Parts: sequence; structure tokens; C-alpha cells
Amino acid sequence: MSRETRALQDDEATGPAVLWLLDGEALWKRNCVGCHGNMKTDMKGVAARYPKFDGKRLMNLEQQINLCRVERQKEPAFAYESRDLLSLTVFIGRQSRGMPIDISESKPHLDAGRATFFRRQGQLHLSCSQCHDERSGKSLVGNLIPQAHPTGYPIYRLEWQNLGSLQRRLRNCMIGVRAEPYAYGSQEFVELEYYLMWRAQGMKLETPAVRP
Amino acid sequence: MSRVVVNVPATARRGEVIEIRTLAGHDMETGFRRTQLGELVPRNIITKLLCTYNGVEIFSADLHPAVAANPLIAFTTVATESGTLQFRWIGDNGYSATQTASITVV
Repeated sequence: MSRETRALQDDEATGPAVLWLLDGEALWKRNCVGCHGNMKTDMKGVAARYPKFDGKRLMNLEQQINLCRVERQKEPAFAYESRDLLSLTVFIGRQSRGMPIDISESKPHLDAGRATFFRRQGQLHLSCSQCHDERSGKSLVGNLIPQAHPTGYPIYRLEWQNLGSLQRRLRNCMIGVRAEPYAYGSQEFVELEYYLMWRAQGMKLETPAVRP
Repeated sequence: MSRVVVNVPATARRGEVIEIRTLAGHDMETGFRRTQLGELVPRNIITKLLCTYNGVEIFSADLHPAVAANPLIAFTTVATESGTLQFRWIGDNGYSATQTASITVV
């Protein structure tokens, strides 16, 4: 990450993600304070524990928000990747900035995610691991290949000129190897997210991050 | 979606050079892009930012299609007296946003 990108990420007052954080705070005040009173204390560390297996199903933070909305508030779910859902996710994520990722282990889901990570796919017949384990630190058409630690999602990506979720970023990679991307919110995607977050265990959450 | 954010120091010493940072949430659609069906997406950008300090214009900028989405504009001025800074963004399709910030000069 270049120095300029880092400066944008560290700019708490006028970084690009502020626009979403303010929207998220407004949504929070309108919909969530009834149950989760104080966001500064109640939501601290929450984002560092997702995706999470609750005994019945594996859910990422976006799905947890929508579950709350549908089951408890009796409101229609936010569409995946919609501005409202991103704003609320980034606002909740922001409360855990700087805290270590702390994923609890659920073996079947972890194994499924790991299998996806190592499975060769697409026309280029590449697995996630071949770039992000074996070739991390090298470059791909001038861009540095990262180690695939999703520590800052949702991120403001300069290429998108927009905020986006981890699944949007994963679709990007899948289209890159010419594979058919999974649908937003699908089990395969959540399991892959889960494996990636487990892999980044202990690293500090930097939501909202800025990336080129 | 016309959220704007400004960051002005709350207090400053008289004669001090202060940095002002402004961020405007805007798509900045260039007018050169096409849809998958080949239709041109009409231009929709912020064209101007104006800043006044106690009614006196201290900074203005013209923005063009090459400016990225959510433009961040930072500039400096000299803190002369306590008062308010007013910011105004003007753009295509009647876009207009204003924001004020107050500063205490000691």
C-alpha cells in the first residue's frame, strides 16, 4: 500500500469512507438503538468475530444485519451491496478498528472454505492459493499480489471509486481467473470469507480500509 | 446523495496558516462512459467549489470530468478573525450543497 493510500485510510475526518460511516450512523440511530443501546460499547469487537457459526448456520456480518432486520424488525432485508447495507456494515466494523480478528472454529465450514481456497477453477485453472500463498509479494501486471488477509472490509477501493464488500472483491478475483462467480450471499462465498478471516486470525481489523 | 464533510480546526492563533479539508460525496460521472448497450451515460459532475470566510471569498475551484468520485479538496488560508467559513458546491443537474464551519481565533 502506497503512502498516499495509507494517508487516506488514516484520515478519520475526511477519508472517503466517512461518507458511508455518517450514513451508517444515521441508520443505526433510526433502527438499532432500541436493542443495542450504546454502539461504542455494544458493538466493540463484534465485526472481528464474523463470519460466525451460531450453531445453526454460518453468517457474515451483512447476513447478521439482515437477519436482525427480517426477524426482529419485520422489515425487508437490504439488498446485498446496497448503500444501506454497506453503510451499516462499515459503521459496525468501524467500532472494532484496531482489535485483533478473533474467529471461532467450526470445522466443517472451515474445511469447505479451505477446499475452495485450494481448488483450481476457471478457464485459467488457478486456485486462490497459487497467487496468494505461492506468489504473494510478486507482481501481477504491475500490482503487488497481497497475502489475501481481509482485514479491512468493507473497503473503499480507488479502482471502484466506491465502497465494497469482501464478496465484491472475491468476485473480482474469480472473474479474473475467468471462473463463474458465486452469487452474493451464497454459502460458498461465506465459507470462503470464513476461511480467509480465520487465516488472518490475530491481525488487527482496519475497517474501513482504503486500497488501490 | 449530497453528503459533504468539512474539516476546519476549531481554534487557531491569529496569523496562523490553517489547513481546510473538504470531502463531497458525488459519483462524478464523466460523460464519456457508455452502458453495455452503447448508450452514452450523461455527464454528472460537481463543477465548482466556493469557500467564503466571513463573507469574503478565499478559495474557489473549478472541477472537470477527470476528477475522481468523492473529490477531496484541501487548501490553506490564514486565520485572521473568528467567524464562519461557508462552503458551497455546485454541479450538473442542479446539484448544490452547502456546509458551514466556525473557527475561533485567539
